This record gives sequence, C-alpha cells and structure tokens, in this order.
Amino acid sequence: MINLDSRIPEGKMADKWTNYIDHAKLVNPSNKRKLDIIIVGTGLAGASAASSLGEMGYKVKVFCYQDSSRRAHSIAAQGGINAAKNYPNDGDSVYRLFYDTVKGGDYRAREANVYRLAEVSNNIIDQGVAQGIPFARDYGGLLDNRSFGGAQVSRTFYARGQTGQQLLLGAYSALSRSIKNGQVELFARRDMLDVVKIDGRARGIIVRNLVTGELEKHAGHAVVLATGGYGNVFYLSTNAMGSNASPIWQAHKRGAAFANASFVQIHPTCIPVHGDFQSKLTLMSESLRNDGRIWVPKHKKDAEAVQAGKLKPTAIKEEDRDYYLERRYPAFGNLVPRDVASRAAKERCDAGYGVGLGTGLAVYLDFSEAIGRLGKSVVEARYGNLFQMYEKIVDDNPYETPMMIYPAIHYSMGGLWVDYNLMTTIPGLYSIGEANFSDHGANRLGASALMQGLADGYFVLPYTIADYLSDQIHVPRFTGDEKEFNEVLGEVQAKIDKLMNIKGTKTVDSFHKQLGHIMWENVGMARNAEGLNKALVEIPKLREEFWKDVKIPGDTAEFNVELEKAGRVADFLELGELMARDALNRSESCGGHFREESATEEGEAKRDDENFAYVSAWEYKGDNVAQELHKENLTFEAIELVQRNYK
Amino acid sequence: MDLTLKIWRQANTNAKGKMVDYKVAGVSPDSSFFEMLDVLNQGIIEEGGDPVAFDHDCREGICGTCSLYINGRPHGPDTGITTCQLHMRKFKTGDTIYIEPWRAKAFPIIKDLIVNRGAFDEIIQAGGYISVNTGGVPDANSIPIPKVDSDTAMDAASCIGCGACVATCKNASAMLFVAAKVSQFAHLPQGKIEAKRRVQNMVATMDELGFGNCSNTYACEQECPKEISVSHIAKMNREFFAAKLIADVKDK
Repeated sequence: MINLDSRIPEGKMADKWTNYIDHAKLVNPSNKRKLDIIIVGTGLAGASAASSLGEMGYKVKVFCYQDSSRRAHSIAAQGGINAAKNYPNDGDSVYRLFYDTVKGGDYRAREANVYRLAEVSNNIIDQGVAQGIPFARDYGGLLDNRSFGGAQVSRTFYARGQTGQQLLLGAYSALSRSIKNGQVELFARRDMLDVVKIDGRARGIIVRNLVTGELEKHAGHAVVLATGGYGNVFYLSTNAMGSNASPIWQAHKRGAAFANASFVQIHPTCIPVHGDFQSKLTLMSESLRNDGRIWVPKHKKDAEAVQAGKLKPTAIKEEDRDYYLERRYPAFGNLVPRDVASRAAKERCDAGYGVGLGTGLAVYLDFSEAIGRLGKSVVEARYGNLFQMYEKIVDDNPYETPMMIYPAIHYSMGGLWVDYNLMTTIPGLYSIGEANFSDHGANRLGASALMQGLADGYFVLPYTIADYLSDQIHVPRFTGDEKEFNEVLGEVQAKIDKLMNIKGTKTVDSFHKQLGHIMWENVGMARNAEGLNKALVEIPKLREEFWKDVKIPGDTAEFNVELEKAGRVADFLELGELMARDALNRSESCGGHFREESATEEGEAKRDDENFAYVSAWEYKGDNVAQELHKENLTFEAIELVQRNYK
Repeated sequence: MDLTLKIWRQANTNAKGKMVDYKVAGVSPDSSFFEMLDVLNQGIIEEGGDPVAFDHDCREGICGTCSLYINGRPHGPDTGITTCQLHMRKFKTGDTIYIEPWRAKAFPIIKDLIVNRGAFDEIIQAGGYISVNTGGVPDANSIPIPKVDSDTAMDAASCIGCGACVATCKNASAMLFVAAKVSQFAHLPQGKIEAKRRVQNMVATMDELGFGNCSNTYACEQECPKEISVSHIAKMNREFFAAKLIADVKDK
C-alpha cells in the first residue's frame, strides 16, 4: 500500500528548511564510513550528490551508461541557471523566484519544495564560482545576468551558450576529485536494469556491463536514482540518444509511485523536423528570445507562398508580419513561459500561417531588429555558438535570414513521486533531478532544470538522506550475495533471454518510431479524450507486437547496442501507456498539459483547481494491468491560486 | 545520394580488425552523418548482420561522445564541429568514405569504431579540479575576475573531451586536452592556489598513460571541434616550467 505522506516540516514557508536542518538527524563521521550509497546517473544531480556525499565520508558507488561521467545530457543545457542573487538590483528575492516557479508550473508543484529550491539557489552560484566555472562577467569583473521566460527580472547566470556544460564539468571535476581520493567509485558503461529490495527497503541494483554484457550486483544502504527524464518516449526529442526511463520505470514496477506522468515540456524553439530519417531534434536556447522576435506572416497568401518556396521572409514587409506573442501577451512578449509559447506557435501553424517549407510547421525567430539595435558583433558575442550550430544543421545563415523554429519534446516534469526528503515510496530509494516530479509542477521555467539538479545534489539530498541513514548505522554492509539479489538477477536475465529469443522481423528503432508517432499525435501538445483513448488502445497493441516480432541481432555476452535499445523501448512502451492514462484522468488543462476540452475563450489553458489541485501518483499493479491512482492534495498557503496571466 | 563506405570492423579489443565495404543508397543530403549510419545499420540488421558499433549520444556537438575518423580526419571534412554535426551535404553522390576509430595507444578499441577514452578521466582525476568541498564557499561576487581572463578561461573550458586532438596528432599527444584544463584554472584566481601541483600531476599522469609528446604541428588546434587554441599549450608550458623552477617539495 502506498503512503503519500509528503513529510513537509512544520512552520512558516520561509522557516521550514531552516527548521528542518536545525532538527535533522545526523550521522557521525565514523558511522558514515560504514554506510554505502549507490547513485545512478552522473548528470548535474547525480554527480553533485556523489561528490558531496563522498566528501562527507559515505562510501559511494556511482554508475552511468556513458563512457565517461562527463557526458551526461545535462551537458547539453545551453541558456543558463536561475538564482535569486538580485545582483542586477531589479527587485529579485527568494520569494519572487519561488513565486515565479510555482506560477510558471501552473500551481501544480509542492510549495515547500519549491521554496527550498529558491532558498538554496544562491549557494549553487557560489559553489560554481569556487569550482572555477567561467560564468559570464561584465567589465567590472562581476557576474552578468540575463532574462528567461516567465520572469520579469534578470536572474539567469550563464556561460555563453554552454551553461549546462560548464556546470556539469564543475560537478564532474568535484566527482573526479572524490574518485581520486577513494571516496567514490565510478562504474561507467553500465545500464541499471533493476532495483533490489530486502525487507521492503531498497538495498541495491542490478546493472549490465555494456562492454562485456555481464550482469552485476551492487549493494548499499540506500539507492539514489538521478537518471534524468523520459522525453525519448516520443522517439524524437531534444534528449540524448541514450536518455532513457528504465531505472525509474523498474523502480516504479518495484513499488515506487510514478507522479504526474503526463507532464512533459514541449520547448518552443527547436529546429523543425526535416525528414523521416531524423533521429534527434536540436534545441535553440530560450536565451535567444531575449533578443529574437517571433513572427509569422499576417496574410495567409504570404504563408502559402513561403511554404511553396516562392517567397523569402526578408521580402515580407514589417506591416505584413504578425509578432503574435507580442500581440497576445504584451506584458511578457517573446518571453512568455515555454508552454504558452509552444501552444501559440502550434495555433498559428494549425491555422495555416506556418512557414515550414512544404510542411507549414515552423515559425520565424528573427534577429534583424536586434542586429540593427546592438550591431552584429554584440549579437554574435551573445549567441554565436547557437547561430553556428543552426547554420551547420540547416545550411542557412541566421544573421541574414530569420531562423525557423518549431516546438519539440524537451523535458519531463513528471517522474518518481518523492517526499520532502526526496525519498520515493520505497524506503531507502531516492530520486533527484529530472527523474523526480517535485519542483516544476505542470511546466518548468527556463534555466530552472540546472538549478533543481544541483540543488538536489549539492544542498538537499546530503542533508535529507542522513534522516534515513541515521537509523541504518547498525545494519551491516550488504554483499550482493543475499538471496534477494540472486532472485532479481534471475528475473533480469530471464527478461534479456526472452528479448533475445523473439528473433522477429522488425528492428527496435521501427517500434520506437511507431510509439513516438502515437505519443506525439495523441499525448503531445494538445490532448483530448478521444485521442488519449486511442493511444490507450494502440500502445498495448504495439507492445504486444514488439514482444512477438522484435529483431535483436548478436549475443547477450558482448557489446550489443540493439539489446540495450530493446530494453529501453520495452519500458517506454509501458510508460507511454501510463502517460496517456494520466493525461486522460486529468481533464483540466494546466501548464504543458493542454486538454482541448478545458480552454478559455481566448484559447488559454483553463485549470480546474476544485477537482485537480493534486499530484497524481500511480501505483503499479502488475503487467498489463492499469495502475491505481493515488492523490497527494496540494495546499497553497504562501501563494494564492489564480489563473495564470502573462498578458 | 549513393555512397560506398569502407568501415573498420573489429569484434572486440583483442580481435583482429579489418576494413569492410558497404553500400548505402538514397541518402538525403540533409541527413546527418549518423543518420546515414543509422540507415546503414537498419539495413544490416534486417539482413541478419551485426550492425556497426559507434559512440554517439547528444547528437548536437556538446557531449563529446562521438569519435569517428572520416577520410583521414577526426570528425570529418568540416571544421569546428563534431561528427554528429556533420551533414551529408558535405559529400557527393558516388563518394567513397573511409570510417575508422580514433587510433592511439592510450585509447584501446572496444568494438568497431568505439574506443576507451578512460585515460582522459584519469588525467582529470590527477588534478583537473579546484579542491573545494560542497558548502562553505564565499559569495560568488566576492572576488572580481577581469572579463578577459574569465573569457580566456571559458575558451579553454569549452573542451568536450572527445579526443580528436589525440587522434589527429602523429604522436598521439594529449597536450591540447591537458592544456585546456590547466589553462582554464590558471586564468582564474580560484585556480592559482593549487596551480603548481595541478600542472605537474596532470602532465605526469598524461605521460604515464602512454600519450606521446608534442612536436608543435598544431594539427590538434586545426581539428578541435571547439577550436581551442594551441596558445593554451604555451600557457601550460609556462605553468609547468614555473612549477619546476620554484619546486615546492611540501606542496607536492
């Protein structure tokens, strides 16, 4: 039976975290040495947690599927990281960052977690600078800030267009130091395939060594999943090719509740899809919306001429352009939150005003006004690497012609349900970063993913995990030879053998593409009951076909990329169904979850606080059985629930 | 586009490898190099063969996972990009394309085009960090840093650890990789405290791991997907000799 006690500390919102720290249980240094912690994932959350816990004296084992811990997909984050430093003196504060994040998430996040996130945000910037991260500075030598969507202050710190890379390399260097000092042991090229529980508590994991194919058992007193998001369920997304949901999905099947599965973020500024062979979508940073203006032709005949390749955007006169974000949302303009910007782009394209060649599925992001105002060199200094990236992919020069962009799957706000301690519903199993559901509600604001990953890893988990481990100091080390480990290992081996023995006719990728198509059409940017019900029929059908007809070449005991992919797609085929079920249950619109049945007259998302001010937490009930819904009711004491307005 | 591919196939580290010929037809010039290989692999799987193994992940030029030696150049014929950013419009129909792994003693082949670059991680573990624990650090604006220093540090810090510099160097030297990290920290006040120890330990580890020496051909700068300048090697050399001259035994 699942217990959704969020364990939010008593006291006023601003005092909760301080009170928590003041009264949290501690583990003394000699006992820390006797406690093993397993961390899966080496992105911002995993690497920062591993290095911090290692420095504190715990024995840490950390795992990643990549060849090096430096390659986790946090590295691809471009634009920046938020913090409430108020260096620009523009009225920012912890409360305002908290407020913007809750509002940006359309009031579907847990207040206490978000407040804590805003509180520790400043520490992250301090830590990064101390680690030698070369954040952007002004000529006085102090740190520079810029604006991101959903905020009217400039609170975003950045390192050119490579902020995620620099923050990850900072965490990676701290991790490397802990590895050198013997506090952390790293296992690269390992896929986590299952969680092992002993007497109901998480005590270890089963991993596959991707080079040898060997299954390995690893034991610890606690297990932390920092394995990122599940955008790849859509096949095409801005996630890395290897990003997958298998660790959190296996945890779900072992008893961890999965929360708000349908909450995924569709990022408005990505390079549009250009062909069937496409494997991946590329993001163009939100920071571009600081200076770029988004528009489509005002007249349908112009749009049609552009789609037919007969008219160039530069030939469309200023008065014939529709800067639709500035028109609809004068207060925030081009810097409305991502969900709002994505829907507005879809609305224009669906109405026939899109500009994609042959498809109509694109809008312009235009820098001509900024180049005129600032000069080309300033624009180049700010966005040069992004412009270069665009030019390499599209073969078009964005200094001269406007960029073409379209929304794409980018981030998952949903994930494993966690309490205030970041512990899942399995005792001893934690989830941090994008892998959990906790801080972004139904929509994440730009530059907040880096903030959350590092907050969880550096400044939250190291405190909260002690609350659990302080009771574990008398529990002797686990060896991995306990019968529970061998049982789970056997189940994992059986699943691999089953996959290998199908010997069907269709490749793993072909199933993944089909699943992605079902998801994008029915569980994408706009959802309705009819489409979701259709997905709930089509996904199980596709899953059945997968288990009958997938073709995996090679052997289990070797480097076998197709086998890796098959395991991941098998899990996506289950997760996709839960996403559709979650979206169907939530018949309101909120944030990135837009139900066509629930819209205002102006076409904005219409929340239903009376019936849906809750986190949906789904309990696994067995293979091919619908999950059971549990609800964590959200109460708002610091912020009043109102309809979101960016006009 | 129709292409002939000559690809290095090697079952595992100890197996003997060889170049194998493949044909791919109907490749879109707008597809990326990896999307072309995806098409090849789907075809190989459907025919019951073993797909070509290659490293890749982010497919947007930042994670540093991809690593192909294409027609004698790391990351292929274009400059300032990784293999995943290479597009087929850079080739012509009828072309023959040679695809090989990074070749360096310190990067043993795992399978086909995949190599083990763990040596790079070991070099970073030898000193590629500033020794601060989490928490208890000063306010981020307490130490102003001249913009020019910060920008130079950022130029160096943009290294993605792909190994193209090693692959292209006739000596398989890792000087540009090591220099990028040394130079990043040498330009920042936070990095100066451990500067001497860092450069000595990192260089010593680089040597131990079997990387060659630098003979100033600058091929590394030419092929670096992030266009990191060899001036950082000069900076590292200065740091290294300064550390040697003022040898601080206790510090070591």
